[in-house]
Amino acid sequence: MSDRETRGNRIFRLSRRKALKGLAAGLGALALPRKDASAAFWESFFQKHFRELGRAEIRDVVSRLEKEYGATYGKPVKVKTTPPMEGVLYGYGLDLSRCIGCRRCVYGCVGENNQSRDPQVHWIRVLRLEKERGVDLEHAEHYYNPANVPEEGHFYMPVQCHQCENPPCTKVCPVQATWKENDGIVVVDYNWCIGCRYCMAACPYGARHFNWKKPGLPAGEMNPDTHYLGNRPRSVGVVEKCTFCMQRTREADGRYPACVEVCPVGARKFGNLLDPASEIRFVIENKRVFILKEDLNTQPKFYYFYSV
Amino acid sequence: MKKVWAFIKGCFILLRRGSKLYYAWVYLLLALMAIGVLAYANQLYSGLITSAMRDQVSWGFYISNFTFMVGVAAAAVLLIIPAYVYQWKPIKEIAILGELVAVSAMVMCLLFVTVDLGRPDRFWHLIPKIGILNFPQSLLAWDVVVLNTYLVLNFSIAGYMLYSYYYRRQPNMKYVTPLLLFSIPAAISIHTVTAFLYNGLAARPFWNASILAPRFLASAFCSGPAGMVLMFQVIRKWTKFRITDEAIFKIAELIAYAMFLNLFLLGAEVFKEYYSDTAHLAPMQYLYQGLHGHSDLVSYIWTATLFNMTAFLLFLIPQTRENHITLNIGCVLIFVGVYIEKGMGLVIPGFVPDVLGDFYEYSPTSTEVLVTIGIWGTGLLIYTMLLRIAIPIMNGDFHVSEDGIHPHIGDELFLVRSPGEPEQDKEPDLLAQ
Repeated sequence: MSDRETRGNRIFRLSRRKALKGLAAGLGALALPRKDASAAFWESFFQKHFRELGRAEIRDVVSRLEKEYGATYGKPVKVKTTPPMEGVLYGYGLDLSRCIGCRRCVYGCVGENNQSRDPQVHWIRVLRLEKERGVDLEHAEHYYNPANVPEEGHFYMPVQCHQCENPPCTKVCPVQATWKENDGIVVVDYNWCIGCRYCMAACPYGARHFNWKKPGLPAGEMNPDTHYLGNRPRSVGVVEKCTFCMQRTREADGRYPACVEVCPVGARKFGNLLDPASEIRFVIENKRVFILKEDLNTQPKFYYFYSV
Repeated sequence: MKKVWAFIKGCFILLRRGSKLYYAWVYLLLALMAIGVLAYANQLYSGLITSAMRDQVSWGFYISNFTFMVGVAAAAVLLIIPAYVYQWKPIKEIAILGELVAVSAMVMCLLFVTVDLGRPDRFWHLIPKIGILNFPQSLLAWDVVVLNTYLVLNFSIAGYMLYSYYYRRQPNMKYVTPLLLFSIPAAISIHTVTAFLYNGLAARPFWNASILAPRFLASAFCSGPAGMVLMFQVIRKWTKFRITDEAIFKIAELIAYAMFLNLFLLGAEVFKEYYSDTAHLAPMQYLYQGLHGHSDLVSYIWTATLFNMTAFLLFLIPQTRENHITLNIGCVLIFVGVYIEKGMGLVIPGFVPDVLGDFYEYSPTSTEVLVTIGIWGTGLLIYTMLLRIAIPIMNGDFHVSEDGIHPHIGDELFLVRSPGEPEQDKEPDLLAQ
């Protein structure tokens, strides 16, 4: 069943929805002084799981969020709910022989995806590894900070969400707040996550990040082009992660993820695994590809390779 | 239904009666709870940034305490089995105290999980039908189910039995026995499921060992009973309730067997990791030796190991097991030893080094410590309240009066230094040596 159908098939749950909505309106009316604000508060409190929302309900939620973000950041904010495209399965390639460890991808991602600047949340982590040891994570340096990169005797390995086909993070979630979409992207419903952080313990790639504090996102740096399951502003106490920039990649006039676009050496490749003519398929068929922690059977759609 | 209401009303009247010592103790616990509430309010206001947890070490002191308390609760079966399977009288008299420990410990577990949540306001998402409980996929969902079942089970058994005694009749064992027998697998299941919660994560080699659940059970059968033995001695010294030495020594003997298993399983795991010497050795090295200059846990885990081994010897030798001083030393050593080993010693090395080899050394902040103290205070208060009702009932000091409506309260003081039989006092023991 496609996500579009799943979302349409929830009409039978309408009675519960009505009850909740009535309760929300009632509680909102109780708090008289700021009626609008408290109605929105209770509506958000009683909001259902994203995949249980009908079309009309999604419209309500989106308009409430757009209003809320608009007021907070002082500019019009778009919250998209674009579903996965049919016949698309995203794949990502990372060329370890080209990466110079400049971390432009890290900050390009932060800017595009509205991560907290204070405290800093990074969806991409670049590891500095020793050429002598190869991919030996126990000896990886996470906090390298030289004047110039690349450094003698080292190579660099960026790690982000691997969008596993067999994701260990989604099955542990006690409330199904995180799941794999049909285009292979693992998403989080930030309005459903209870912040237990079990998924963070389960992820073998350190790809999930928690908002330990209310995210510090300056209005001027806020990217108003957002997706409900992707880069919209997050609240304190929820988990977030890379979504292959779904606010860009799922659109008909799609763009590459920000990290692909910003990489100065072209080490990052992205495309549709189901399209034989795509660049990512070329990489898999013609280069030597390896997968991080292959023994865990997570089946990532994130491929490291050496082009030279 | 009217009778239930009268019983509950009677209980509340009873709870308000007590000696100065009782009141002082209750106020102390309330003060601890207040401290915990204030610290938690601060955490709610600022977010979990007030803890020392970060993305690398995403669970800490709260989940450590949770894990330990599950063990304490599971240990009630160590009383249920001799009492109701083998019908051994000395323990049968005190089995209900074990069930009340389970109730209090379960409440503490649920509180520890709740304070660890980033969004406690969304806790209703876990309730089936209203929210979505990801059962049977998520082991955390399993834990929610078994913990609540175990809580309700113990509360119902103890509640029904006390209710019957209050109305001066024998509980109908046709109802109670099946529930009691069911509580045995239920106790094992809460600890097994909690172990599986960690065990199932392939990303964390320190937890991903099939020996984990057996180790959990073995250590639970040490720490819980050790805590209960200490508690029983306080109870018989400060209340009118009598607990025989025979019962206490039997529990101590059972602890010795459990501790042997615990140490054996630990040894099996240490051997496997060190002898095979793979990349998965890192967390254990961090725990026992320190790794790449990070060694915060080393002194703790060796303290725990030393405590557990000493206590094992003390409980193995009948002379030291049946001497009140060495018995109590042994119980304290086990309780502290397992608290370290099955708390921070289990949770933190799962995260250090983290999945990408980063070392973040965790030690709890004052907020975490104060909230934890508050929850311990809550647990002890609940246990005190339950004992305040259970002990007079079992002593025949609290029951319905002749009119069949009002309660008869024969024990106005509850906490007083009991005259006691001579062999239960420490001083004569000292003289005897």
